Amino acid sequence: MFRISPTSDIVLLLAFAAAVLLGPIIMQPFGAAYPDLLQRFAIFGIFAIGFNILFGLTGYLSFGHAAFLGVGSYSTVWAFKLVSMNVVPGIIIAIILSGLFALVIGYVSLRRSGIYFSILTLAFAQMSYNLAYSVLTPITNGETGLRVLRTDPRYLDALFGGETGARLPPTNFFGIEMTGWPGFYFCGVVLIIMFGLSIVIFRSPFGMMLRAIKSNQDRMRYTGFNTRPYLLSAFVISGMYAGLAGSLMAVTDPLAGAERMQWTASGEVVLMTILGGAGTLLGPVLGSGIIKYFENIFSAINESVLSQFWAFLPETLQHVMVELSSLFVGEGWHLTLGLLFMIVVIFLPGGLMEGAMKLFRIKHSPKVTSIAKSGQRDVVGEGAIEPMEPPKPPAPGRSRQDAKPAE
Amino acid sequence: MDSPLLHIDNVHKHFAGLHALSDINLDIRPQETHAIIGPNGAGKSTLLNVCVGRLAPSQGKVLFAGTELTGRHPHEINQLGVARVFQTPELFEDLTVVENVMIPIFSRKDGAFSLSLASRFDKQGAIADKAMSILADVGLGDHVNHLTNALSRGDKRRLELAMCLVQDPKLLLLDEPTAGMARADTNATIDLLNEIKKTGVTIVIIEHDMHVVFSLADRISVLAGGRIIAQGPPEEIKGNPKVIEAYLGEEQV
Repeated sequence: MFRISPTSDIVLLLAFAAAVLLGPIIMQPFGAAYPDLLQRFAIFGIFAIGFNILFGLTGYLSFGHAAFLGVGSYSTVWAFKLVSMNVVPGIIIAIILSGLFALVIGYVSLRRSGIYFSILTLAFAQMSYNLAYSVLTPITNGETGLRVLRTDPRYLDALFGGETGARLPPTNFFGIEMTGWPGFYFCGVVLIIMFGLSIVIFRSPFGMMLRAIKSNQDRMRYTGFNTRPYLLSAFVISGMYAGLAGSLMAVTDPLAGAERMQWTASGEVVLMTILGGAGTLLGPVLGSGIIKYFENIFSAINESVLSQFWAFLPETLQHVMVELSSLFVGEGWHLTLGLLFMIVVIFLPGGLMEGAMKLFRIKHSPKVTSIAKSGQRDVVGEGAIEPMEPPKPPAPGRSRQDAKPAE
Repeated sequence: MDSPLLHIDNVHKHFAGLHALSDINLDIRPQETHAIIGPNGAGKSTLLNVCVGRLAPSQGKVLFAGTELTGRHPHEINQLGVARVFQTPELFEDLTVVENVMIPIFSRKDGAFSLSLASRFDKQGAIADKAMSILADVGLGDHVNHLTNALSRGDKRRLELAMCLVQDPKLLLLDEPTAGMARADTNATIDLLNEIKKTGVTIVIIEHDMHVVFSLADRISVLAGGRIIAQGPPEEIKGNPKVIEAYLGEEQV
């Protein structure tokens, strides 16, 4: 009677884990198989998965999640300065502090819903950004950004006799340096764990209650649920995901700047989630991967690459094509992304995952009579297609009743 | 006589000068089925909204089994044992029928909040069984896995009734539960509500269909212009000249 079996979730998680760990091989043909970019995929994937727990499940659109990203980064860098260059304390502190920060912002913002909620979160995030930029300079080092210094105390490291040599010690996970491939694999494993946790949340009664709130919050109230603690929990959980993502940014590159909290960063995660498919498990990861890919690969394409690409054309035509296509790459990569986003929102409001499921459905349509039964509706988060029954001829004496409009 | 289960005491409700309810005093006795009838705009739905906490009365108070409801949140009122069917069905439209009925059971099981991450929603055998049996009772047994927004209007009303019944409420407030239903479905709903009556649930029902009212009600209150103009057993109400005037008066407008 139910849509998704636990086994299929385990298969999904295993497939996801395999895809992440084989990332360096899979991304080879796309020219993206280097650790800096792959770990950015993973970090923004975590950010978007967390955002989706709030937006995808409850429908509350936060425009200020970058604030938690920033809190995560700053607190991790402070942990590197004061506690240890081992990343574990930094990550734990980041998750706790961003969770507390989300508790405060969520408590206030969730008094309103819809656009007012979005505006409140946006206001809080911009406030945090400006504070980090100016007033809180002693904590955030303002414009310059917070960085780890050789002379920082690092009390825990000092306690265990870690000598501070002439060189700044690298961030490490019990001795494994968090640069290059180890850095990517660390982020990748965290991404897999966080994806697994999001599956658990999606399938739990708690997750179902969040969906019910998105569907009809009034009915939830008249059914005896106090919806506020549910919403606040979802907000805090997604804030902690964002804090973890911010922390991992500092882990792989130990500095933190205020621009990480700017509204453009908050908007980016909204785009990622919608592009991939809000309310789906895989969508946010897919969306963040695509946006980061465009940002890094498309922006790096220059005229000489384009000339090579169009080299098979006659010279005049080649020039025209280079001129035309150069609008969409390099500095213009935003244009490509904007067009892609428009196409997805107009034709696939459920995001790329909806597109993927449509393809799947065309292939299998004769077998699937109802998406609700097929076990796939949940993955897409969209409606079932029921087979149309031929209309029955109205029974005599009943038709008048049917035709009568309800009062 | 038993003390009333629901005691509405001197309730007034104004909307910016419009007196939707004026000086309503109404006692609902335990285990009775009480129908509230009256022309459109008489204030029937407003009265139910005041009872479930959707609207705050301008004056007066509502007591449920001795507990004051005025000023309480809707979820607290539901937790006390008051369930409501709305005039326009309020459902979880993008969830399946069985999920719609399982969710109210969770509100009874876990109270107002539970961060239940350790289990799976679809592995709640006992809860699913209870939902299935209620759905079979209301005649939606064939639709359990359908999406709610694919249901017909009559089926949506039955689903909302199932969502209330599954909570084993003490007081069931029904706002036109048969509107938009075919006659056969209406009769099925009457039979179902008569079955529910036998289990000792107190029911307050707003209804325009007199066939439904006279098949179910133990007592009837007639509301017109925000006031109760008549109250009593069905036989008495049928012949009451004030009631006939209220309805005829409306039709002449």
